[in-house]
Amino acid sequence: MVIEKRVLFKSGWLPWVLVAPQLAIVGVFFFWPAGQALLQSVLREDAFGTRSEFVGLENFAALFADETYLASFRTTAVFSASVAAIGLTVSLLLAVMADRVVRFSTAYKTLLVWPYAVAPAVAGVLWLFMFAPSIGVVSYALRAMGINWNHLLDGDHAMLLIVLAAVWKQISYNFLFFLAGLQSIPKSLVEAAAIDGAGPWRRFWTVQLPLLAPTSFFLLVINVVYAFFDTFAIVDAATSGGPGKETAILVYKAYFDGFKAMDLGSSAAQSVILMAIVIGLTVIQFRYVERRVNY
Amino acid sequence: MISNRPANTVLSHLVLALGVLIVAFPVYLTFVASTQTAEQIVQNVPMSLVPGNKMVDNYRLALFGGQTTSGGRIAPVAPMMLTSLVSALVIALGKIAISLLSAFAVVYFRFPGRSLVFWMIFVTLMLPVEVRIVPTYKVISDLGMLDTYAGLTVPLIASATATFLFRQFFLTVPDELVEAARIDGAGPLRFFKDVLVPLSSTSIAAIFVIQFIYGWNQYLWPLLVTTREDMYPVVMGIRRMISGGDAATEWNVVMATAVLAMIPPALVVILMQKWFVKGLVDSEK
Repeated sequence: MVIEKRVLFKSGWLPWVLVAPQLAIVGVFFFWPAGQALLQSVLREDAFGTRSEFVGLENFAALFADETYLASFRTTAVFSASVAAIGLTVSLLLAVMADRVVRFSTAYKTLLVWPYAVAPAVAGVLWLFMFAPSIGVVSYALRAMGINWNHLLDGDHAMLLIVLAAVWKQISYNFLFFLAGLQSIPKSLVEAAAIDGAGPWRRFWTVQLPLLAPTSFFLLVINVVYAFFDTFAIVDAATSGGPGKETAILVYKAYFDGFKAMDLGSSAAQSVILMAIVIGLTVIQFRYVERRVNY
Repeated sequence: MISNRPANTVLSHLVLALGVLIVAFPVYLTFVASTQTAEQIVQNVPMSLVPGNKMVDNYRLALFGGQTTSGGRIAPVAPMMLTSLVSALVIALGKIAISLLSAFAVVYFRFPGRSLVFWMIFVTLMLPVEVRIVPTYKVISDLGMLDTYAGLTVPLIASATATFLFRQFFLTVPDELVEAARIDGAGPLRFFKDVLVPLSSTSIAAIFVIQFIYGWNQYLWPLLVTTREDMYPVVMGIRRMISGGDAATEWNVVMATAVLAMIPPALVVILMQKWFVKGLVDSEK
């Protein structure tokens, strides 16, 4: 994995000085807290936070016996699966269309990429505003169609709201990668299929989509990671995990239990589980994505 | 163009136009709301989709704070914008600086423990702040860094993405340049300053775009480490404005603030689009 330079500088102390700032920051704000999380996850503090005792895996056992934690797992699974599925489908559709048109393609690209710049918290507020039960424009339109939209009461509505906001924010990213993937497919392959009489639809399914598989897989992992970890702000701004606990995804719950409910042992155990999930996802990503096919 | 089917081209344009409309609609609505009065938004349901004439008033109120017509107090957003700008710049430039240095060390030197250093930086790729909230917060509060710019920015500078990108780039720099520099009597620091950094300018621009947006859009971290209104970044300030429920919220001012919060990162993306795309694609390699 480490490719070597043939020509190197020689110095005993200089490299250490150069890496010192990064190592200092990583050590203080990364390894130290991660170690604390591991330690805290096997401790239990008393009500005043003065004494703590070693309880082994009790915090973890308590978590997995806790119905609300399991529910949060299911919520996160539904949420990330929906975000990935809807987000990838919509962006792929747009990318295929953008790849096809010659005129205005740069304009379309510019108009589709900028939501990447919108802060997740702001995205949450925008969608909340559109869907606000009493004043929202979209909720008004839905009512006119006979759907009584109220994400403050209906858990499914709340889930749909954060899924839409999260997808909206991620479309630009997926779109850019799909478009780059499509444009790296040699024109000759698509042309050959066209000469053999395959129409656009057929060409998409039999030539372009299979060749996009590596890109799609990579984006799938990225979208799941995004839905797991980067959507805290969307959830907090749009639903605050509500109406009950229907949209409390894992990260939100770890935050809530640690800072609002002040259950440090449980929050630390949740952090450890989250770390395990990220490490797992990263390993998957490197295992398969590193072997990305180059055409 | 492989086959010429006008119907298909029209369909493609239709789908794209629809996509652009859907993507743009929430932002258009936000802009419209920011030009009306709070009463117009709350009382006319659905609100008018044509911009109103209160734009100047709303933005002045949002930027500098003051009393609303219904008597509520609005906190000024201008200082929050400044906080956001300072922290986004510190995060972006700080990351670039420490990453350039450590990538230089890892690529151009061989020293004991090099692979350990490499590994230590690599692991940080995996663990975003979100998964170690409580313990990182404790470190910051033990160090007395709550409500400071240092607390807002330094922990977020620790990330491996930029280091990897620079390392990737340095590996493509021809070795002959080092030899030439050596023959001319330049030491490693001189080589770094006069050859390597200028050569990396495109990568630096790309990372700057990505990290500026990253820094500007931070939400969870400021939520934890700031308690004073004058240290709130604008993204967090918006969230605090809507905590009172539909009726109590001054939506016009909230929406003006949202537009203000979107402008700087959107400008960076649009003006630096070339580097932005490069940055995105490179940092995922």
